[in-house]
Amino acid sequence: MQPPVPSCYKTTRTLKGCRGPRTLQRAPFEPASGLVRQPMDYFAQQLINGLVLGSIYGLIAIGYTMVYGIVGMINFAHGDVFMIGGFVALITFLLLISTGLTAIPVILLIVLLVSMAITALYGWTIERIAYRPLRHSFRLAPMLSAIGMSFVLTNYSQVAQGARVKPIPPFITGGYTLHESQDGFVIQLSNIQIMVVVTTIVLLAIFTWLVSRTRLGRDMRACEQDQTMAALLGVNVDRTISMTFVIGAALAAVAGLMYLLYYGLVDFFMGFVAGIKAFTAAVLGGIGSLPGAMLGGLAIGLIETFWSAYFSVEYKDVAAFSILIVVLIFMPTGLLGRPEVEKV
Amino acid sequence: MTAIPQEATHASRTAGIPALLKTAVINALIALVLFSLMIGIRTEAGSDGQLTYWTRFGELASIVAAVFGGSIVIELLRQWIGPTGAEKLVPPALQSGMSFVGRYLAPALLIFTLLVPVIFYDQRYILDLAILVLTYVMLGWGLNVVVGLAGLLDLGYVAFYAVGAYSYALLATNFGWSFWVCLPLAGILAAFWGVLLGFPVLRLRGDYLAIVTLAFGEIIRLVIINWQELTGGPNGVSSIPRPSFFGIPLDNSDNGLAARLGIEYSPTHRIVFLFYLILALALLTNWVTIRLRRLPIGRAWEALREDEVACRALGINTTTTKLTAFATGAMFGGFAGAFFATRQGFISPESFTFQESALVLAIVVLGGMGSQLGVALAALAMIGGFELFRGLETYRMLVFGMAMVLIMIWRPRGLIGHRAPTVYLTKAQAISSDLVKEGHG
Repeated sequence: MQPPVPSCYKTTRTLKGCRGPRTLQRAPFEPASGLVRQPMDYFAQQLINGLVLGSIYGLIAIGYTMVYGIVGMINFAHGDVFMIGGFVALITFLLLISTGLTAIPVILLIVLLVSMAITALYGWTIERIAYRPLRHSFRLAPMLSAIGMSFVLTNYSQVAQGARVKPIPPFITGGYTLHESQDGFVIQLSNIQIMVVVTTIVLLAIFTWLVSRTRLGRDMRACEQDQTMAALLGVNVDRTISMTFVIGAALAAVAGLMYLLYYGLVDFFMGFVAGIKAFTAAVLGGIGSLPGAMLGGLAIGLIETFWSAYFSVEYKDVAAFSILIVVLIFMPTGLLGRPEVEKV
Repeated sequence: MTAIPQEATHASRTAGIPALLKTAVINALIALVLFSLMIGIRTEAGSDGQLTYWTRFGELASIVAAVFGGSIVIELLRQWIGPTGAEKLVPPALQSGMSFVGRYLAPALLIFTLLVPVIFYDQRYILDLAILVLTYVMLGWGLNVVVGLAGLLDLGYVAFYAVGAYSYALLATNFGWSFWVCLPLAGILAAFWGVLLGFPVLRLRGDYLAIVTLAFGEIIRLVIINWQELTGGPNGVSSIPRPSFFGIPLDNSDNGLAARLGIEYSPTHRIVFLFYLILALALLTNWVTIRLRRLPIGRAWEALREDEVACRALGINTTTTKLTAFATGAMFGGFAGAFFATRQGFISPESFTFQESALVLAIVVLGGMGSQLGVALAALAMIGGFELFRGLETYRMLVFGMAMVLIMIWRPRGLIGHRAPTVYLTKAQAISSDLVKEGHG
């Protein structure tokens, strides 16, 4: 069986029991022995890897930033919604393959739609159960409710699907060799990487159109500015907030599917670390700003990839979190965020 | 998963059976879609890495049926109890009774706690559980300084617990220092880290602060895992020395406390000693917090919690106020960590995950932020509840998460009590227009 991505991106996983977050560690490419690394080629390869990873983070970060913009809370369970999206995609894949379907594009399309739909329903239900009753409660209540919801989702999928890592066979194989230097180092762009980036760009375009041109987008922007006023002017605030969660969850489902295809596995704990990193991305880009979320996602993806490529794989998460702290010290509003006015 | 709340409107509350059935059917359908793949299909990776699956339609059907039945029951209960938003008047007799209980509950609990090793001397399990509960009481009281008094949401409290535990473990195993020397050092080191975290986050508020403290907690944990030369990485630090009774070991040797007192040695002595040790530490935390609350710094914390901008306008130095809150809370976390290390004899990064932080935070919030008695009772309820569900290992965190959500919906201000600021104006001061007219500020 051929691995889904070129062997240089092979995932090495540290499995110590089934407790505690397990992070995915991607070994940096090491050229064949005796050959000198080509600095530029190596850099270019890492750039590609970082952009792909950043696209996945960006898709999750959009969900955080939208919810924060409208409701003003950190949807702590969003990382777990992403994990649910990955699981739903995995199960749908399995079912479709067992029906004997072989056309890869058809399978992918069905999986995309099914996982988006079901995960969106999860997002809707979570908002309904855990957040809506607390909308006018004191500041900490929705946050704690969200943490509780995150525990519920993590352990729900552990109970429902077991604690072990679930691998899938590769669906999208092959790729292009962009450049081959004389000593044998190849810059590769696999089809799955192209797919991740293209999907992200297409979704981002659709999403930008949705927010800036449609009725729903206008309602969302109105609710973001002033919910009471929006309600007075005939905007259905409850429905708009629900739709925000639905859209955020659908994008997280796409990210889950991309993660599944790119890394070839899902497990019940992957939402935690991915969620924190995506939130970091949202904060980095300026929370509440959609282009900012994507930009922050790309930045976090690149930082993480370059850090593991040039420094150490072990400390890549430390690097990402340190960036979060440093950014918040010097730019509390992020890269593209608006300054917040303090009110008494 | 619980039943999904219905389109809760005033109309549906008085509606008849058809509407009730309709919402129940809708909820059941939503549950069917939600759980269809996650519960209905079970996947598992085989030994050869090949995924297999099997169906579990029975479970799926029973869950959907439970949601259907549950939403009917909840809707009926809702109609029976009446609107949830309505204020319910507590009869005065009950109120005075509750205040009577409230006044004597704390001393009664304290006396009972002091007697626990006497009553349950033979029951090792209960003693161990009591030590665990007291550890969380102490952690809760420590975090209460940061979250409950100063109103700074800290999601990385476990980092200080870890700093304290590793300080003691490394100092004791590498240099052979005794517990009583390391305990203050662990507290000081944790307080130092508290200040270190406090500095960058001074300008942040609310949710940003929460996420930065969470990131800080993760950084500490990742560094502990990866700095293998110092901390032993994922394998942790083992054979940490047991505490001594101020230099006298609690063992079976001729030098031991039992031999010196001339009584027969029993391993329970050590457990009882640990029990009183953590009780003393917890009471120290409580005492310091209560005293601090009467000092200007404590008043400043409470003022900061109520309104930071007003605080600054009144000339309170918010920088030192926040830093002292972080440092004080972290110090108690460090003490608790040192105790944890000496009790366990072995520590590893697995004990310092985000779940611990969330558990301590949940204890503080459930106890009613700022209320000392509330935090103690919440710790007892949470850790005791955890023990009850010990048999259902995998379902435990699921139940914990659900409880957190439900309690937030039901009593967002905490189950037991809420502490209002120690000083406040009892009479609303009306400001007449001639006081604020132009030229009079």
